[in-house]
Amino acid sequence: MGMARYSFGGDDHIFAEVDEEMSLDAFFKSLSMTNAVRESRIKGVTEICPANASYQIRFDPDLISPDDMLAELKRLEQAAAKSEHTLSSRIIEVPVYYNDPWTHETLMRFRERHQDPTGTDLEYAARINGYGGVADFVRAHSGAPWFVSMVGFVAGLPFMYQMVEREKQIEVPKYLRPRTDTPKLTVGHGGCFGCIYSVRGAGGYQLFGITPMPIYDPKQEVSYLRDFMIFFKPGDIVKFKPVERDGYDAAAELVNAGRFEPTMRPVTFSLDEFHKSPAATNKKLLGVLHGA
Amino acid sequence: MALEILKPGLSTTVQDLGRPGYYHLGIPESGAMDKFSLAAANLLVGNPEGAAGLEAVFQGPQIRFDRDAVAAVCGAHMPPKVDGVEQPNWTSFAVKSGQTLSFGFLKSGARAYIAVAGGVDVPVVLGSRSTYPLGALGGFEGRALKAGDRVEVGAQPRGAKPGRSVPPKLRLEVSGTPELRVLPGLYWHRLTEEAGRTFFEDVWKVAPEADRIGYRFRGGRALSFVPRKQPFGAGSDPSNIVDSCYPYGSIQVPGGTEPIVLHRDAVSGGGYFMLGTVISADMDLIGQLQPHQPTRFVKVDMETALKARAERKAVAGQVKESLS
Repeated sequence: MGMARYSFGGDDHIFAEVDEEMSLDAFFKSLSMTNAVRESRIKGVTEICPANASYQIRFDPDLISPDDMLAELKRLEQAAAKSEHTLSSRIIEVPVYYNDPWTHETLMRFRERHQDPTGTDLEYAARINGYGGVADFVRAHSGAPWFVSMVGFVAGLPFMYQMVEREKQIEVPKYLRPRTDTPKLTVGHGGCFGCIYSVRGAGGYQLFGITPMPIYDPKQEVSYLRDFMIFFKPGDIVKFKPVERDGYDAAAELVNAGRFEPTMRPVTFSLDEFHKSPAATNKKLLGVLHGA
Repeated sequence: MALEILKPGLSTTVQDLGRPGYYHLGIPESGAMDKFSLAAANLLVGNPEGAAGLEAVFQGPQIRFDRDAVAAVCGAHMPPKVDGVEQPNWTSFAVKSGQTLSFGFLKSGARAYIAVAGGVDVPVVLGSRSTYPLGALGGFEGRALKAGDRVEVGAQPRGAKPGRSVPPKLRLEVSGTPELRVLPGLYWHRLTEEAGRTFFEDVWKVAPEADRIGYRFRGGRALSFVPRKQPFGAGSDPSNIVDSCYPYGSIQVPGGTEPIVLHRDAVSGGGYFMLGTVISADMDLIGQLQPHQPTRFVKVDMETALKARAERKAVAGQVKESLS
């Protein structure tokens, strides 16, 4: 991975592609770069957006010329190359009711738009990723944690990249034609990315389950979303916890009563440590999550 | 005072000049698609140019006023009427308590901006009164207006008076085959040389799927891609990339067939390549394009883009000067 590829998006955006392909390294660099831009307080910057393997800056060309803005970003990239690859973040446990009745109803309703009209999205994803069955697949999906590598598409929707070696990455195509409906809080997957749909609406990702934990609340009534309406930010680490119907109902009840509190802990993540041993790093992260 | 919505029109939303700063969390800036026309309407009624007004697309609403007020309508030409009496657009006019503001059929443009002296007074959410319906955020209860809604208006400013007018030569009008100037870039290199040529040669038509999120175009030749092995995580279609941010005004072409220009309620990112970006000076114009409108994309460089931006800014300055 060399220097980023820069391109102007009209006269008021700069787009930087850190790498053409997805990797934890590319994500880490895009996140570091956007942090550096935020800290440098360059005049005229109006939006700082990290993405999976790229990032984007919006600026006011009346305050800083596009060429000067580009020079600033290149200077920051040079400086960032020498910095340490660690990140202060938080790890959050997200309960998931896999194969739940609501996403099941939805995926059956749009079956003719799917690659495999005879099965479910979970069965399809398990098969094409070489798992013996849905149970094994869910174990892999909920076993290793995920990085929130981008928040967007629509308000508060996290894109997530699992913290495992490339050969263990879950990969699935999107639906042949996008659905016109997806339940709110559906846990989905497309390409190598997981997501949680923050609002009900159209979508093309495969549907695996649903979480009872709200992640976007524009009315700010959910107890832990009163300070800010969006839960996730890029760099968050997520661990899915499989629950059954009773676990889902219990959590949903707590949410409604305003007493649900997500399980989360602050963590420091080291990219170098992860590369040395993904399994040991993830074990340590999960230890922190569970209060070890 | 309040505006009582008798009929909402096709889709009428509260908008100001937008909500920047939250795009990295998927919340787009929103705000008037044609910011110039909203600002002009505000200045006509004595409001600050960034006050909230109503954006009505293709069809105007019917609104009863419960107090004497001054209003103005700029942008699309759909003649405003007060109790059935036609009023000029781009001009402030009086509405008496109990009177109804309605609109004639759309003659040109796409979006009319209705400003009322005092400005529409809905709660400020994340720094703006603009509506983002997809996220049920801001504006009037996070949605387009419905019959029966009562929309509050702020205290009338002292400068509000009827009969003020934006000089005709300064108005934004759509005519002929509008040209949208494009700075090529982003994933431009994914296109073959031929596709890079035909995109600018062809006349495209605005598709019926054209809204605040994005404007879709059809009718030009399909674009072909430079062959490659798709990078890990990008998806299998040659128009796919590893999901990235989308600039406002960026032009994505899923499958190479129908270009989509993202606008004020843009999806903030996704997995389709973009061939370039409509320059900031031409964004307002997009908000005034009707479905089936023939349109051409014109390739420009950064110098031209910045010059065009300065020109639009100068026109906005002249409007302000003429009304102060």
